[in-house]
Amino acid sequence: MKYVIGIIQPSKLEAVREALAGLGISGMTVTEVQGYGRQQGKSEIYRGAEYEVHFLPKVKIELAVSSATAPDVIEAIKLAAHTNKIGDGKIFVLDLTEAVRIRTGEQGADAL
Amino acid sequence: MRLTYSLPLSIVASMAAFAQPALAQDAVAAEVGTHGVFILNSLLFLIGGFLVMFMAAGFCMLEAGLVRAKNTTTQLTKNIALFSLAAVGYYLIGYNLMYPLGSWSVDGVFSALFPAIAVMEPVGVAADAVDDLSYASTASDYFFQLMFCAATASIVSGTVAERIKLWPFLIFTIVLTAFIYPLQASWKWGGGFLDAAGFLDFAGSSVVHSVGGWAALAGALILGPRLGKYKDGRVIPMPGANLPLATLGTFILWLGWFGFNGGSQLAMGTIGDVADVSRIFANTNAAAAGGALVALVLTQVLYGKADLTMVLNGALAGLVSITAEPLTPSLGMATIIGGVGGLIVVFTVPLLDKLKIDDVIGAIPVHLIAGIWGTLAVVITNSDASLGTQIYGIVVIGAFTFIASGIVWFILAKTMGIRVTAEQEMAGLDNSELGMESYPEFTR
Repeated sequence: MKYVIGIIQPSKLEAVREALAGLGISGMTVTEVQGYGRQQGKSEIYRGAEYEVHFLPKVKIELAVSSATAPDVIEAIKLAAHTNKIGDGKIFVLDLTEAVRIRTGEQGADAL
Repeated sequence: MRLTYSLPLSIVASMAAFAQPALAQDAVAAEVGTHGVFILNSLLFLIGGFLVMFMAAGFCMLEAGLVRAKNTTTQLTKNIALFSLAAVGYYLIGYNLMYPLGSWSVDGVFSALFPAIAVMEPVGVAADAVDDLSYASTASDYFFQLMFCAATASIVSGTVAERIKLWPFLIFTIVLTAFIYPLQASWKWGGGFLDAAGFLDFAGSSVVHSVGGWAALAGALILGPRLGKYKDGRVIPMPGANLPLATLGTFILWLGWFGFNGGSQLAMGTIGDVADVSRIFANTNAAAAGGALVALVLTQVLYGKADLTMVLNGALAGLVSITAEPLTPSLGMATIIGGVGGLIVVFTVPLLDKLKIDDVIGAIPVHLIAGIWGTLAVVITNSDASLGTQIYGIVVIGAFTFIASGIVWFILAKTMGIRVTAEQEMAGLDNSELGMESYPEFTR
């Protein structure tokens, strides 16, 4: 099993959700986050003074998927969240050692 | 010719029509009569007064929108407290200090402090017992003038926001509304020496707005900037928490200004007066629009993006600019006078930052600097005004208010302290001063 974390542009969340739904992915967790990467924030002007916005708003999506579907999921997020502009975000993939469905007690791939 | 009678206007009009069909009917139809003038003037004060009262809500929302969320509750508390304190200070001392009605302790300069409480006419007063039948009811005049006094105090709270302690600020408000504002206002509107000199300030570009601005400037200098506002020679902006509220506040102020300037005609009993009040409404609106548009275009040109907070300040600066003479300009000239106000905002907001004077909502550019411009601009359209006398009034009012306010702020700073600690400032005044958040269910 793999745990896929995507940090994406907030405006791309709906496109990513649609793409993943098309793969039959049955669930994800979404969090509004702030952060920076190579872009190092950006500068804005407020009342005539320029200032750095260090942390830009992003959306973090998290999904637990089977190892077999992980490459498709990663590809789908990559395509759907892509604008070819700086700030598109990143995808991180972790090995997932266990999953439990609380209601039924199912474990492992059955719980996904 | 004016008729004097004590019956309602319509009844008299119909009686007169029966008695002397042609002559009296014409006379009554032509003028509203002495009682009518008294009634209409009082009505103007009441309508103008409650419009100006609502400006308190405008200031409150503008400030709530332009401070950071952690200081919002404190800002709201200061606004309702200062408005209420003004009502007490102006009642106890301010009103009669401002209007000596010819009886001065020091001629043209100082009325008297005691006995000085404001007194209304008795319940159900008869026409022959009112204080001034040719003017308006005393309570309507008091109500109207009180709102101007409160507006002056509202101006100060925005500048010193986010770092001042609640109670020293409120003590300053009492001194401002009971003494500083009424005393200098008596020099012009109470018939004092500035009025005698020919200084013109129709609704208070100087007497109200610059006074609020000078008091705010003195406070900002003694208080110092917010922590982290100026670092390594750079300005670190602290964007306001809620621009919808700031915009609503600006529109409320814009609305209230019709009462502020229109009511200052002080009369609505003749065709000429009603036409003048109407001119004032239209000019006031034109000036606000001019100020907003100039700020909108200038920030786009200078910074590549329009800055809403500057546009809001621009509209208000346009309103302040037209306040010293909202009657005589044409609509086009009113738009230009207001537009210069917008220009002033765009260039003086960054200038104050260069001087490290931290004015959270821009009250100093809007009220002080645009107020000075508006007072000078009287000479453009009013031939009764002279530039020298206008400058004289600006300097006298400015020097007095700045020095008097500075002394009060200084004494407060040295005795009880006016600034919260650095830790309290970082945590937010809502936490340290009140222990009450404005949006407790919002996560940050």
